[in-house]
Amino acid sequence: MTDTVTQDNEVPEGQRRLRANAEDVIFGMSPEGTHVWQRVPYDAAHYGPVSDFATDFDHADPAYNPSAPEVWKQLREGGCPVAHSDRYGGMWVPLTHDTVHEVAYDTEHFTSRAVVVSVGRPGDLALPAPIGGAPPITSDPPFHAMARRLLLPAFAPKQIEPWEPEVRKLCNELLDRMGDLTPGESIVDAAVQYAQHIPVNVIGRMLGFPSKDEDLFRRFVHDALERIAEEPGTRDGMDDLGNYIADQIDDHRANPRDDLTSYLLNIEIEGQKVSDDIAGGMIILLLIAGIDTTWSAIGSSLWHLAQHPEDHQRLLDEPDVMTFALEEFLRAYAPVTMARLVAKDHDFHGCPMKQDDWVLLPFPAANRDPLKFEDPDTFIVDRKENRHAAFGLGIHRCIGSNLARLELKVAIEEFVRRFPRFELAGDVRWSVGQIRGPRELPVRILAVAD
Amino acid sequence: MRLHLDAEKCQGHNRCYALAPELFDVDDYGQAVLLVEGDLPTELQEKARLVAANCPEFAIKVLED
Repeated sequence: MTDTVTQDNEVPEGQRRLRANAEDVIFGMSPEGTHVWQRVPYDAAHYGPVSDFATDFDHADPAYNPSAPEVWKQLREGGCPVAHSDRYGGMWVPLTHDTVHEVAYDTEHFTSRAVVVSVGRPGDLALPAPIGGAPPITSDPPFHAMARRLLLPAFAPKQIEPWEPEVRKLCNELLDRMGDLTPGESIVDAAVQYAQHIPVNVIGRMLGFPSKDEDLFRRFVHDALERIAEEPGTRDGMDDLGNYIADQIDDHRANPRDDLTSYLLNIEIEGQKVSDDIAGGMIILLLIAGIDTTWSAIGSSLWHLAQHPEDHQRLLDEPDVMTFALEEFLRAYAPVTMARLVAKDHDFHGCPMKQDDWVLLPFPAANRDPLKFEDPDTFIVDRKENRHAAFGLGIHRCIGSNLARLELKVAIEEFVRRFPRFELAGDVRWSVGQIRGPRELPVRILAVAD
Repeated sequence: MRLHLDAEKCQGHNRCYALAPELFDVDDYGQAVLLVEGDLPTELQEKARLVAANCPEFAIKVLED
């Protein structure tokens, strides 16, 4: 499958890029190589729309995200626990909780070196395993634990809790900015005017980046996570992201301050300062991973409430139900599907997996497996037993999960309090790719709180 | 009834601390810390079962005597 690989996307001369290679990469050696990406033999135009998800799975088909829960259900009920596709140079998709769990725990046969499926695998100029381009999400043991331990304290529950008043204030400012609304007539876009602004603002502040750059961050996310079937070289946002982070590193080095970027520029692994490639990769992870994920979770939750006034009313009448509702929103509308590359040829429950095949990890599908969840396709606002995997399973559990939970909880609380009734008011536009959520969500405001 | 936490399995999902701060704390890295030893008082037993049933990593077990 890799023998027909072609290579492109050489780094233009003079362009700044965060990169490295070789064992001593942690401490600043420059990489030797020529390609950031290794192009896989896949032309989206040649394949066209998906006709059978069991044998031709494509999560970037525009029809997938709007109806993903039905796709998972049909595949599972049709006796397909692991789907396959020749797209992207070969891709497997486990669909049951057991198979997703197994892949997530098996760091020997599956590497995290790349976690976003696209037409390019990491090339020889990208940071190698076990580090990867954006540690620790792209790292494998043993490096993974070292990098992760440096970030965990900043995102531990007791560090995140103090952000609650700030998040609440931000949500109210966004609601205020919608202006005077006429109940029964006014339509707002809950994704565009509300959800998309919340995580981008908070992570920008934590990293110490200018708030005026928020539009730029959303473009980085779009190019990195949605344009996966396009030529890597044409996704300008990827290069711009590297350049932006390099500029931020320069600025923070010249003007150190109390933020995560300054912290990451001074971290040490095994007693030595890490290279800018590693620190920059970690900054990229924090910037990119926290944006459209939480924005999607907020949007999907409001999409649900727009269609289920009984759940909305329950949240208003019994605010304590939010403890359970929050986890049910995360279970039923988990936004994040991760990915792995197969590390070595092996047989996975009868699937002949080859080195460098992609493996999608649809945690949202695991969350709707009837073998693990009672009545999985029903949203139960006070579901008591809810062992959901929205934040992943195993060593790569989402490091920002406490922040994501806080933002989701506060965003829902403030929206439903301000608008005690609202309903869908037109077509919803869903994201494309591994992060699932509404990108346009028009709702008609039926009541406004005094 | 007793509670058992397998610290090796804990990945810091924080579900236990969120549901039952009287039974679990979290350390500076977000890892769960079991606060109770020995037999659980009756009033905490339902909470203990709830927490065990919500750990995504199956790191918490209720040991019935």
